[in-house]
Amino acid sequence: MKKYDAIVVGAGHNGLTTASFMAKAGLNVLVVEKNDYVGGAACSLELHPNWTYSNCSYVCSLLRPEIVRDLNLPSYGLQVVPYSGGGTFMANGDHLAHYTDHDAYRQEVARHSKRDSEAYERFSTFLSKQCRFVKPLLMRMAPDPTSFNPRDLHELMFLAKRFDEFSEADMHETIRFWTMSVAEFLEEYFESDVVKATIAGAGIIGTALGPMSPGTAYVLLHHYMGEVDGNIGAWGFARGGMGAISKALAVCFKDHGGKIVMGSGVDQILVKNGRAVGVALENGNEYYSDTIVSNADVKRTFLQHVERKQLPEDFVRKVERFKIRGSSGKLNIALDGMPTFTGVEDNHPMLNGDMHFTDSLERMERAYDDWKNGTWSKDPYVDMLIPTRTDPTMTPPGKHYMTVFIQYAPYELANGESWDGPARDGLAQSVIDQIAERSPNFKDLILHYECRTPWDIEQEAGITEGNIFQGELTFDQLLFNRPVPGYAQYRSPIKGLWMCGSSTHPGGGVMAAPGANAAREILRDMGAKQTVRG
Amino acid sequence: MSIAIERSKLGIKETPFFPRLKELSTTAHWEHWGGYLSPSELESLELEYFAIRSNATVFDISPMCKYRIQGPDAEKFMNRLITRDVRKVKSGRVSYVVWCNDEGHLLDDGTIFRFGDDDFRLCCQERQWDWLISAKLGFDVQITEETDEIAAIQFQGPTTCWFLKQLGLEGVENLKTFDLKYFDWNGNQLLVSRTGFTGDLGYELWIENKKALDLWDALFALKDERHIRAIGSGALNLARIEAGFLAPHVDFLSADHVIRSTRGRTPFEIGLGWQVDFNKGQFNGRRALLKSQKDKTDRYCFVGFEIDGNKPADHSLIYYKKKQEIGHFTSAMWSPTLKMNIGMALLKLPYGDSVQEELWTEIYTEKELKYDVTMAKLKVTDRPFFRNKRRTATPPADF
Repeated sequence: MKKYDAIVVGAGHNGLTTASFMAKAGLNVLVVEKNDYVGGAACSLELHPNWTYSNCSYVCSLLRPEIVRDLNLPSYGLQVVPYSGGGTFMANGDHLAHYTDHDAYRQEVARHSKRDSEAYERFSTFLSKQCRFVKPLLMRMAPDPTSFNPRDLHELMFLAKRFDEFSEADMHETIRFWTMSVAEFLEEYFESDVVKATIAGAGIIGTALGPMSPGTAYVLLHHYMGEVDGNIGAWGFARGGMGAISKALAVCFKDHGGKIVMGSGVDQILVKNGRAVGVALENGNEYYSDTIVSNADVKRTFLQHVERKQLPEDFVRKVERFKIRGSSGKLNIALDGMPTFTGVEDNHPMLNGDMHFTDSLERMERAYDDWKNGTWSKDPYVDMLIPTRTDPTMTPPGKHYMTVFIQYAPYELANGESWDGPARDGLAQSVIDQIAERSPNFKDLILHYECRTPWDIEQEAGITEGNIFQGELTFDQLLFNRPVPGYAQYRSPIKGLWMCGSSTHPGGGVMAAPGANAAREILRDMGAKQTVRG
Repeated sequence: MSIAIERSKLGIKETPFFPRLKELSTTAHWEHWGGYLSPSELESLELEYFAIRSNATVFDISPMCKYRIQGPDAEKFMNRLITRDVRKVKSGRVSYVVWCNDEGHLLDDGTIFRFGDDDFRLCCQERQWDWLISAKLGFDVQITEETDEIAAIQFQGPTTCWFLKQLGLEGVENLKTFDLKYFDWNGNQLLVSRTGFTGDLGYELWIENKKALDLWDALFALKDERHIRAIGSGALNLARIEAGFLAPHVDFLSADHVIRSTRGRTPFEIGLGWQVDFNKGQFNGRRALLKSQKDKTDRYCFVGFEIDGNKPADHSLIYYKKKQEIGHFTSAMWSPTLKMNIGMALLKLPYGDSVQEELWTEIYTEKELKYDVTMAKLKVTDRPFFRNKRRTATPPADF
């Protein structure tokens, strides 16, 4: 009976990151993956001939540079290319464009509100302060404040020291900021609807909350962290689509001797006497190891793949209440040419970045009302990009690929209607109509599209309810509370069973930090060579 | 009465591509390059840099000095001039070369293009007319300066071969690295060489001045098919450091410009020892270089480093055991593609050669008007820092 040093369940970007760091440490690691391709929700698929879609995740902002460097991913083919531009098309025909140049953007904001253009400086300073505080925590274990373990105490000291940088007023503001709604937060700085709506988008993406729900201000910070990198190249596209990240990780993993078995998902994580001993796949194959690392989300891992009797009741209850609600969908579109947008010239820099149509917080909140009513937003918030403005690898010359992230779409529709039917196309149509209203030639250019509802994302990527963060990023589910209090350090109640997905600290986005942090803890526990810094 | 002074007398001549560059420049960041106006940035340093690594980029290298060397003794003359063996450079090939003065100190580096048995072009950064005329004494060669006759662009990036195929340059995909070939393009002679300064797939295109804008327009006419971007020297410089190439006036000084006696460098001292062929017969500087090798008088070595952290170490001093000063970085940067802090440094021997441990650099960083100083650990690393198969793949892929 062959026994691996470790088995990673799921070849998502975090699973592959954990696996790569462990293989680099000289361990014999197996990755099992249910799909026929690696990447989970960070994948590139050709669903229309000669068109590569970044199927699920679509931009790369948070991928930690130290992980890219330590795993030498550029030598395995990874290139992340930043984009500029973006902005909001307004219902009145005007727009708010985003410019990388500070003064250019200030002048653009001033067209909408002179006060806001200057308040933006204050706003940026505050966010930079918050990023400076939070960023060093990303690549560390989240300490448990109730523990007297020396490592926890050491990490708590580190956390306390971060607070040293804050003035008293900063500290008050920080606590407010972590818990308030993005709408309230922005009201303190801005008066223009379109300015507020443009910024607020980052506060709701991937979250089943509206801009007026408490907790969304922090989600905004999570999206801004990649931008305040201090180094150029923080926000961008992976050249070749998001699958290029997973592909580079997989090549790296194999280069260090790792093995990936694809095409059959895990049926059961095998547990004997309270210890993980292996995995049984749906196709009947079994693989054995004393160390099992799950890249699946916390609900899927413990509620579907572990026998309930093996788990403490209290733990199960906490897993059950973990919020991982479906809130978003995705539309991938093959275009025969570059769409034009009324009110902006053909080669406007705005078209190179993330574009939106929601021009007020009220419209955004109304879109959320539809979610509460168990249906998709009829006037959705979209995050729309045309990666082929930057990336030449995804379509034939002169053609384009458009990715549209859609919010809101609930996991379960009212009246029990199935997503796998006319509803899916209803969601697609509401988005297509919204774009076409501003782009007269858009509909004629569509060669193919595919729409992914929360249900589809769950089916394909295996994330519960299709939640893009493997669990919402509200403050009650962060740090030592992510995913479950007492189990925030990648461990579980079952000895030898670990977690490495975005359900764990520091959360979602294609960041690879959970995967690296998990590897650090596991290697430490095994007494193996440490390959993760920190 | 005032008399207007011609701009060219102020050292701001315009290259044949200037009208297009001027239209594209939104940031108005220009610099003077050998008496010509050259963009350091056109729109965004960041986007221009990444276009080199992802798309197709155009950098105007018309200000490069270009000398034609022809005649029965052309090969002999070239062999006398440079340190490599020119006989090994076949017709239709380009070669990277360096040349030295009689003390064995570098005058410049550049490329030679071999068009035929008796026909070469030397292409370089520094003006060499004076040196070439002195050096040709006794050789039956004609030397002509072509700097102002030939316009040239560096056309670099993973999609460049696709663009050239669209121009109808039949067989361009068969050019190997360092090949050169004349193509008939719209009745013009367009010289294409698979050369460049970025470590990526790329070409240099050479055409007579009056056809320069036609070439530019033909390339940019394809902009809706595939992204193409004009770039400034700032972006090119980032790519060249990743590629591990040296830049004159940055990583070394031409011996002609050296005032302090200790600033001249032999090729061995800046990592170009592989360029020196002692077996090919006499060349300028041979005696001095032989002696320096025999007596081991080289004082420096040139080393690529990975630097701890993410603070760029440009010009930082280097220490042994954090105390003894032993050298400095000549070029250093945070590599956006590698996500790695890299640099090239000149070190006093034996540091960087037989002593590679305990090397540190002192980096000053401004943090809100206050300077912080950190000692960052160094790790000797092979150059080029950035390697990609597409640089040498033949035929190249379309992207």
